[in-house]
Amino acid sequence: MSAIVDSHGHAHDHGHGHDHHDHHGGYGGIMRWVTTTNHKDIGTMYLWFAGLMFFIGGMMAIVIRLELFQPGLQFVNPDFYNQLVTSHGLIMIFGAIMPAFVGFANWQIPMMIGAPDMAFARLNNWSFWLLPFAATLLVMAYFMPGGAPGTGWTLYSPLTVQQGIGMDFTIFAVHILGMSSILGSINIITTILNMRAPGMTMMRLPLFVWTWLITAYLLVAAMPVLAGAVTMTLTDRHFGTTFFNAAGGGDPVLYQHIFWFFGHPEVYIIALPAFGVVSQVIPAFSRKPLFGYASMVYATSAIAILSFIVWAHHMYTVGMPVTGQLFFMYATTLIAVPTGVKVFNWVATMWKGSLSFETPMLFALGFLFLFTLGGFTGLVLSLVPIDIQLHDTYYVVAHFHYVMVAGAMFSAFAGIYFWLPKWTGKMYNETLGQWHFWLTLIFFNVIFFVQHFLGMAGMPRRIPDYPLMFQTWNEVSSLGAFGFALAQLIFLYNLFTTLKSGQPALQKQWEGADSIDWTHLPTPAPYHTFETPPVLK
Amino acid sequence: MSIATDNRRLFVRLAVVAAAMFGFGYALVPFYYQICAAWGVNSLGEVPAKPVNTQIDRSRTVTIELDSNAHGLPWRFRPLVRHIDVHPGELTTVEYEVVNERNEPVTAQAVPSYGPALAAAYFNKLECFCFTQQTLAPGETRRLPVLFVVDPRLPKDVNSIALSYTFFELTARGAKG
Repeated sequence: MSAIVDSHGHAHDHGHGHDHHDHHGGYGGIMRWVTTTNHKDIGTMYLWFAGLMFFIGGMMAIVIRLELFQPGLQFVNPDFYNQLVTSHGLIMIFGAIMPAFVGFANWQIPMMIGAPDMAFARLNNWSFWLLPFAATLLVMAYFMPGGAPGTGWTLYSPLTVQQGIGMDFTIFAVHILGMSSILGSINIITTILNMRAPGMTMMRLPLFVWTWLITAYLLVAAMPVLAGAVTMTLTDRHFGTTFFNAAGGGDPVLYQHIFWFFGHPEVYIIALPAFGVVSQVIPAFSRKPLFGYASMVYATSAIAILSFIVWAHHMYTVGMPVTGQLFFMYATTLIAVPTGVKVFNWVATMWKGSLSFETPMLFALGFLFLFTLGGFTGLVLSLVPIDIQLHDTYYVVAHFHYVMVAGAMFSAFAGIYFWLPKWTGKMYNETLGQWHFWLTLIFFNVIFFVQHFLGMAGMPRRIPDYPLMFQTWNEVSSLGAFGFALAQLIFLYNLFTTLKSGQPALQKQWEGADSIDWTHLPTPAPYHTFETPPVLK
Repeated sequence: MSIATDNRRLFVRLAVVAAAMFGFGYALVPFYYQICAAWGVNSLGEVPAKPVNTQIDRSRTVTIELDSNAHGLPWRFRPLVRHIDVHPGELTTVEYEVVNERNEPVTAQAVPSYGPALAAAYFNKLECFCFTQQTLAPGETRRLPVLFVVDPRLPKDVNSIALSYTFFELTARGAKG
């Protein structure tokens, strides 16, 4: 990045002829990053932040798997174990996955729709810089009396009322994360609706942009509900309200309803941008346009709308009327229809395509395979009679890691390998990329496939100890986790060597890529792009 | 109209949506209680229905004959009703009345007997004045309750039980002794 800093203040020669390129607002060093309003800088910061959080959350997972390697208590006490489980969930969801995709959005949306930057560039800066403070609060909770909350990432009442001051840190962290997400979403919606280049009609938008538009609407609608839920928890703790306290006429089950009203759309907030990335990658490596573009848009919208009326399938066992269980069961299984449309469209895109299997494509295919498996176990769990048996077992843990890790994370890796050449102008090492993919794929399944067996056999989640009969599969799962962690070091090595000394990338590194960031912009993408709107046929 | 104006207008609209959704989270609270009330779930705080005795055998009726004796005591002792019809398993209360006609306090103990004698095993008294000694002041009148359940296993041929109480004086014996 120093090259860019050094070029500050004088015009550069990046192919599109403009003459004002005082791009960093006059600051150098760290202040450049603090004050930047450039969507590419902010996207880069989001991605680095997500990467850092991914490794912090990953280390927590390693400690969890280390403790679960054997029955009994070896490394951590149950209280600290619960704190790790909570933080791992919160950090991976709000710190790693969501910022990673916001990073992609920042980099790609303006370049894909022919806009010079995001609609609110300064607000964009603030949206990002809220995150480090939220992350600091989350981690600081560990150093408070009583430690971090041990409630699980769902922050269920009445546990939340019984935690130490670390709970308040977490509540404020969630507030800040929510504010960041809402502001970022408003920015993304406004950019997509108002900043498109002439000729870039809504139905010509790359699907990644479409999925982000819908995701941003979900965020604006769902995140404030979470903010409300944790605010109620806060006032229950300190200001004498009894929203969730039965002793004062409240109801803990009410918390679960409010939380999951946010929580289920949140699942698609994570999944939809992942769908978007895959919808860019698969056509590029199939050298065919995406099959069923319009149906993809409608399917995405249908998933988003349905996501608001299925929340209670997370809580079938709280004691709701059979009518309620049936409604939520049917609504949930209905989601399989638009999701199936998407999966079949991806497969149909590849049908008779001229396929090649570079790393981004491998990760997209890994996503397709594993996300579909996770979708199937999701269908199993949507059925009330089976869910009552499997509720809060490792089967659920296996299910949501198939859709979160294999869904969102594989797709994020696909996106990074796919767009890194365009962003940096440097090509990653393909051999290392393929090693990273295959080891990640294998070890992912070693960790999580066996957890289906543990769940079917009745091993409950969120407990650091287990009966002897569960030991074998837990050993396998833990070994898988260690291998998985090592495989990510290959990615780190590949990333750093690429940034330092990667081979120059082509303008159109992937011959099948057809969005305007590949066809209309040089590689690496200049600091300012599309200051005059591109001419679209 | 410039793009900046358009953008600002959209920002305000979306911010209003976000604020409204924050309010919606709170609106879920009364909504939740309304739904629960409508569906009859979550009866937290409601007064539960009175417990009902399901062990009553209404196919049988047993007549309880009430009898009373004061063994040489100057006590007027009589049941308020002479007989009462009950179902086995049914909790029943009957009352006796006793008047001390002596001009000094008297302590006495009531002893029950049953006819037929085998009915004693099926006549379960939950509360009885015969459980304790009774001391009456001069001229005092007292009502004495008996709470009982006739066991449903009472043999079928027993249709009538005589319950007889006899008071025996304790003070006089103590004074004489």
